[in-house]
Parts: sequence; C-alpha cells; structure tokens
Amino acid sequence: MKKPEKHTREPLLYVCKRNNMSLKTGILVRAIAVFLALLVCAVVAKVLTGDNPLSIFATVGKGAFGTGRTLVTIHDVAILLCISLAVTPAFRMRFWNTGAEGQVLIGCLSTAVCMLVLGGKVADWLLILIMTAAAIVSGVIWGVIPAFFKAQWGTNETLFTLMMNYVAIQLIEYFLKIADKTGSNVVGPDLLRHGWFPNLFGVQYLLNIVIVVILTVLMFVYLKYSKHGYEISVVGGSENTARYIGINVKKVIVRTMALSGAVCGIAGLLLVGGSSHSIDSNLADGRGFTAIMVSWLAKFNPLMMVLTSLLLVFMARGADEVTSKFGLNSAFADILTGIILFFIIGCEFFINYEVHLNRRKKAAVAQEGEN
Amino acid sequence: MNALELRNVSKRFGSILANSHVDLTVKKGEILAILGENGSGKTTLMNMISGIYHPDEGEIFVNGEPAVISSPRDAFGYKIGMIHQHFKLVDVFTATENIVLGINDGRRYNLKEATKRVGEIAEKYGFEIDPRKKVYAMSVSEKQTVEIVKVLYRGADILILDEPTAVLTPQETQKLFAVLRRMRDDGKSIIIITHKLHEVLSLSDRVSVLRRGEYIGTVCTAETDEAALTEMMVGKKILLNIERTTPHDTADRLMVRGLKLFDQDGRAVLDDIAFTAKSGEILGIAGIAGSGQRELLEAIAGLQHLSEGEIIYHNPKTDKEENLRDKTPTQIRELGVRLSFVPEDRLGMGLVGNMDIVDNMMLRSYKKGRSVFVDRQPPKELAEHIIESLEVVTPGVTTPVRRLSGGNVQKVLVGREIAAAPTVLMAAYPVRGLDINSSYIIYNLLNQQKENGVAVIFVGEDLDVLTELCDRIMVINSGRVTGIVDGRTATKEQLGLLMTKTEGGAAHEKA
Repeated sequence: MKKPEKHTREPLLYVCKRNNMSLKTGILVRAIAVFLALLVCAVVAKVLTGDNPLSIFATVGKGAFGTGRTLVTIHDVAILLCISLAVTPAFRMRFWNTGAEGQVLIGCLSTAVCMLVLGGKVADWLLILIMTAAAIVSGVIWGVIPAFFKAQWGTNETLFTLMMNYVAIQLIEYFLKIADKTGSNVVGPDLLRHGWFPNLFGVQYLLNIVIVVILTVLMFVYLKYSKHGYEISVVGGSENTARYIGINVKKVIVRTMALSGAVCGIAGLLLVGGSSHSIDSNLADGRGFTAIMVSWLAKFNPLMMVLTSLLLVFMARGADEVTSKFGLNSAFADILTGIILFFIIGCEFFINYEVHLNRRKKAAVAQEGEN
Repeated sequence: MNALELRNVSKRFGSILANSHVDLTVKKGEILAILGENGSGKTTLMNMISGIYHPDEGEIFVNGEPAVISSPRDAFGYKIGMIHQHFKLVDVFTATENIVLGINDGRRYNLKEATKRVGEIAEKYGFEIDPRKKVYAMSVSEKQTVEIVKVLYRGADILILDEPTAVLTPQETQKLFAVLRRMRDDGKSIIIITHKLHEVLSLSDRVSVLRRGEYIGTVCTAETDEAALTEMMVGKKILLNIERTTPHDTADRLMVRGLKLFDQDGRAVLDDIAFTAKSGEILGIAGIAGSGQRELLEAIAGLQHLSEGEIIYHNPKTDKEENLRDKTPTQIRELGVRLSFVPEDRLGMGLVGNMDIVDNMMLRSYKKGRSVFVDRQPPKELAEHIIESLEVVTPGVTTPVRRLSGGNVQKVLVGREIAAAPTVLMAAYPVRGLDINSSYIIYNLLNQQKENGVAVIFVGEDLDVLTELCDRIMVINSGRVTGIVDGRTATKEQLGLLMTKTEGGAAHEKA
C-alpha cells in the first residue's frame, strides 16, 4: 500500500437531503428528540443541583397545570399564539417582522388611553368597541410604516421594525408619566376602571381564549384557501414570479403587514382590556420575539402553532416553578428551556437530511483490522 | 500509459444513483469527450475526479497509481485541473492576479515573473490573453481563457472542461478547439463534457457515453457518427428532424419599434430594437448570452421600464392596435392580449419552487371569479392533463416543483403557458437543461403553436436548432439588432458573424 495516511483524510460521514419523510417517522424523530432532551435535562439537573430529576420534572408539570394554574397557562398560550398568528403572514411572505413587540405595545397603549379618557363617559359596550378599533388601527399604523418603506424604497424591514419597538416603548413611558402623577411605573386597574372584558360563563379570561381560537382558524383558512393567502405565498416564494404574473408586490407587502399589525393590536387589546387591566412598558414581556420562534417552529402553520406556543409557555411556567420551589437560581430554568429547544430545533436537521457513514471508509477500516 | 483511470466508480445522493459502476480511461495526449444528456451523471463524475465529491465505491488511478482525491487541492497535487461552467474569478483583479490567486508554493509573490510565465503559456498554446486586463472588462471567452491558463499555470496535465462552448460564438469555439488540439499535441490529456454532437465529432479522439448514471461505452470518434452516438446516449433511435412548415396566413401581430432601455449604471441594455413578430411564424432570436435577450422579452411582457420606443400589439379579434409600453402584466392581460412567456430562469421567474404543481398552474388563473377563496379544482385538472400529455415525471400533483428535474420543471411551465391559449408566445431558452427527447417535445409544441396561428418568439442558443426551427432569425449584440435573416437560408457562420458584429442598425431584412 502506498501512503496509507491519505486514507485517513477521507470523510467519515456524508450528508444528503432527504426526499420526503413520512408523517409517522417525522413524529417519531421529534418524540426521540424530546426524550433525549429530557434525559440531558435530568443529567444536568442531577449534576448541578443534586436534586432528584423526576421530582424536578413533576414540579415543571405542576407549575404549568397545577391547581388553579391551568387557566392562566392556557391564557398565556392564547396571548402568545395570538402574537404568533400576527407575525406569520408576514413571515410567509419572507418579510422578517421583528416589531411584533412594538405593534402589541402600541395596541396596549391605545387601549389604555381609551379606557382612561373615555372610561365612565360612554357605555361599556361602546367603550370596548372603541378600544378595539383604536387597538387595531394603531397596530396597523405600526405595521404599515416599515412595510411602506420596504415596498417603496427597499429598506431593511428587520431593522426598521425593531426600531419601531423602541418608539412604542418610549410612548408608553410618556403616557405613564402623564397618566399617573405619583411617578409609578404602572398605570393599574385603579385608574383603568372601565372597559373591562366581561367574563364569559363566569370564567375569567375565557373571552380572550375564545377570540384567539377563532383568530387561529380564520388565519389558517386565510393563508391556505384565500386568494390573498395565495398571493402571500407567491411573493414569499419568488418576488420575480409574482411580478411576472402581475401581482402588485408593493400592495401585497403593505396589505399583509397591515394584517400583521392589526392582529398584534388585537393582542394588545386582549392584554390590557381582557386580562391585566393595567399597562406598563414591559407588558408584552418579550412575547413579540418569542412569537417569532413559535411561528418558525410550527413552519408557519397556524394550527401547529397551538402546539409550539403551548410547549414554550409550558416550559417557561414550569421553569419558574422549579426555580422557586427548589430555591435555584433563575438561570437554571433557562438552561433547561435551552436544552429542550436545542433538541427540538436540532432534530429538524435529521428530518431534512440523512447522514450516511462512508461505506468505503468502513470497508477500509475493516480491512486494516484484518491485516 | 493511461493518464487517468476510473474503475467501478459509483456515487449516490440519497436514493438517486448519480453514477453507477463507471469505468473510464483517459490516455496521455488525447481528447476524450464525455457525452450524455442532462442528468446522466457527467458533472458528478468530473466532480469526483476534481475532488469536489468523493466516490462511494470504486477506485481512481492517476498515471497507473491509486489516488485518493478529497479536495480540489488534492486534485492539483495529481495535476488535475477543472474548468467549471461558471467562472470563478475576482472581477476587480487582472488576469495574472486571478491566475496566481491561491497558489502557495513557498516562493515570494512576484507579479512580474508571473506575468511573464502567463505570457509564455499563452504563446505556447496560442491563447489570446492580456495579462494586465481586469476581469470585469473581459468578454466571456476571455474569462474562459483565464480559467484555462490558471489551470495550466498550476501545471495541470489533465484538464477537465465542463460544457466550455455553451457561452461561446461559433468563431470563439473554433479558436478554443484549436488551442485544445495544440495542448493535446503537447501531451496533455483533455476531458471535455458536452452534449453537442457535432462538437464531439469535430474535436475528440474518443467518446465515452453515459446514460442515467451508467457507463454505456467508449468509441473512437473516427469510427462513429451522429446517429450512432445519439442512440448510445438516449438508448433508442431518434429522428433528429424538426418539421418546419411554410408559414401561411401570416399577419403582423407584434410590432416593436425603437426600444431603448438603460440599466442602473445608465448603460443601454436595449438600443433601438425594432422588429415585427407575425402570427403563424416562429421568430428566432440569436445572440451571445447577455446581449439583451432577457430584457427584451421582459420589456414586452411589461416587466421593464422603457425609456423610449413602443410595442404595438395588433389584436386579431377586434382589429385594434394597442401600445403595451408602460403597462403592467395585469393591464396587458386586461386589454385582452393573450401573451404567454416562458422566462429563462424558470424557478426564479415563472414558477414558485416551493409550491406544488397545482398551485403553480394556478398562477395565471387564480384571480378569476369574485370569490375571496381560490378554486383549486381547475388547476388540478390542468396539472393532471399536462403531466399526462407532456410525460412529466413526478410523484404526484402535490409535489413541490423544485423537487422535479429541470426538464420536468420546463414541461410544467411550457404546458401552463400554452394552456393559456396565447396569441403571442415568447420562450427564452426553453430547452436549456433538457434531454434530447424532451427538447423535441418542446420544439413540436412550438411548431404546433405556430400552426395554430400564434406568433412565436424563440430565444435560442444552439444555432443548429435556430436554423432548423425558425422562419426568421433576428440577431442581437449588446442590445442592438445586427440583422434579421431568413431561417431557411441562414448559415451558422453568418449568424456567428452577426452575433459579434459591433456596428448595428444598418442590417436589412432579407425577404
């Protein structure tokens, strides 16, 4: 044999694209990923804290679905899902809207302004209608501004929408200064006494949840079966093809972002009018960004997003519980969430690609072993 | 002695066998042509020789000794150099700078000496090259020369050229062939990948044929002919004739006058283009790639903002004339102009790769009706009809078109555009990337459209096909019309001259 060291340079593994994976195998791969994630979490938990991993997992479950918590968790899922629904049409168009946070906040702000200014002066049902209109309109404005610039002058939508977030935050800070002379960081239920959403069947938050369920179905149908939804897919797939068949690309961009903004506005309305009855600049709590992950993980499918938003909320609430119950640093909860996300996102690689061991390499190794 | 030998080489991509048990030998001082249709595995095979892929099975021998080639750098170690179809050059560098780029021989970087050596190589084989010229100022054939010299500079003895003539005019092709022959006489081994039969016959010493990844055989060029090679390539006898009927009842359908279009830098991409497309006739457009063909068709389709000129459409139904300039595709359609367009970049324009065949069928028709929802039933039927009648190979109507092979993608697009019952049909390179069989299906479809009284505009690159298919051929160069000739009497040499002719405008149409 000549120069055997050359053999070591042959690649051991090679990767190629899968043609199509059956639904069953897809689910199996994801289930394995979740199992592995839990396994790694258990090991990490044991090594870092010395606590029993099983009781940690039990605590996570209790944190999300323990007594009296289920409804709160579902409501959290609903709000996150609502914002995810909002960013999805734009994402399907490959318009990377990172401004959901600001669009939600501006919806919160206009809702709160209506509640403060008109509260007690008009009937509550009328107030709620006005709040809804104001939230939607403000969300639309926040969404359309970057869309218009993108359509007209090709500005970068990611940066533009991101910066619009800070504008919204500052506007809320300004509102807080004016509305509450005591200098507190929150304008709470004591000031926003009117325009609260009624309890459906006597259950708190149920109206919010029902609204989001309806929105989910509507969004699914809109994206999959409507002409608008079809245009969004064409623009997202290839702008040149869209131009070629005569779709007005600029119009589609602006229209779709108006829709995104409107749904974000609704999320803001649900947050202020339907649950917290208060406003502060941290009300959206980063959900405008988490929504991006929810939407991606679900591959922009609104029905799948029910599952992905549930997963993320479940993890976040469970992690909070673990930290407080075991007296751990809050970073520990983030580590667990991170491990689980790593496996869930990582398993997509194995769904899209298959990895082969280099057969020649194997043969060569075997041969050398014989010699 | 064999310069290069492949024994039993196989390569698999997922479930696709790109190369199956290929044996190949290249002798010292010969030109070997690798012939095969698109998708037959020619490029995969060459990529394994040049170190881009690694074979799953089989062995490669260089000068009789076993070789493991894991990277292009390894390939250079074995004195193997590949000239790719798409040039890999730095635009702002000179020829010499590009040639020495990436060489790490431990010596000092000496541009003067390098320039001298480039000059020596050029003189030895008869290249025309200016070592100090920057790449951005070069023509396609000059860039190709740089690529070849780059490989020779590194001392390559085995040169692989992937479809080198695709971008060249007939005259440039002849020059390239002369250089290649001189290199062969100097003892170099040359492998040339192509699917143009006449080039194989005029240049190579031996021909190896691949079909669907399998090695079919090798023959001496002197002992074979076009028909025999085609049979090896396709696996069955094929009649390579395009039936060209005499146009009848022609009428002026599309009159283009004085078109002017500038690009972002203010250069004229279309300069005073004027021609008439008649119904019941195929008008060919010939020219070196990038001479303005794409912009011209896009301008007619309403996708470019013209600065001058007019596009007059004569509507056969109403007998009215409409100027299509500055109209959007939607407005053009609303005028009742049934204009179909098969663009050159199929997945970039014309189709959406991620969407399935049904949704792609719907592109032209989805707006019909007042419903806010799309009706997927008619496009589904159309998709099924096209799959059946054009023999599209696909797992089903819901397969994303990007998963289909190039030929099948093209059939889907052409099928859709013809289904719209056009009065003007524009097709840019409609057979690019298609196998011989599919190509002839497309030619027949174009001929059928001509018979039905459609004004067909066909942008082609193969001059043999242009002279066989078209009734008239318009030649453009750098955005100017350099001549409109009769397709029945035009010769390839005549077209080649017009393709490079710089002073345009004066050409007159021959009756």
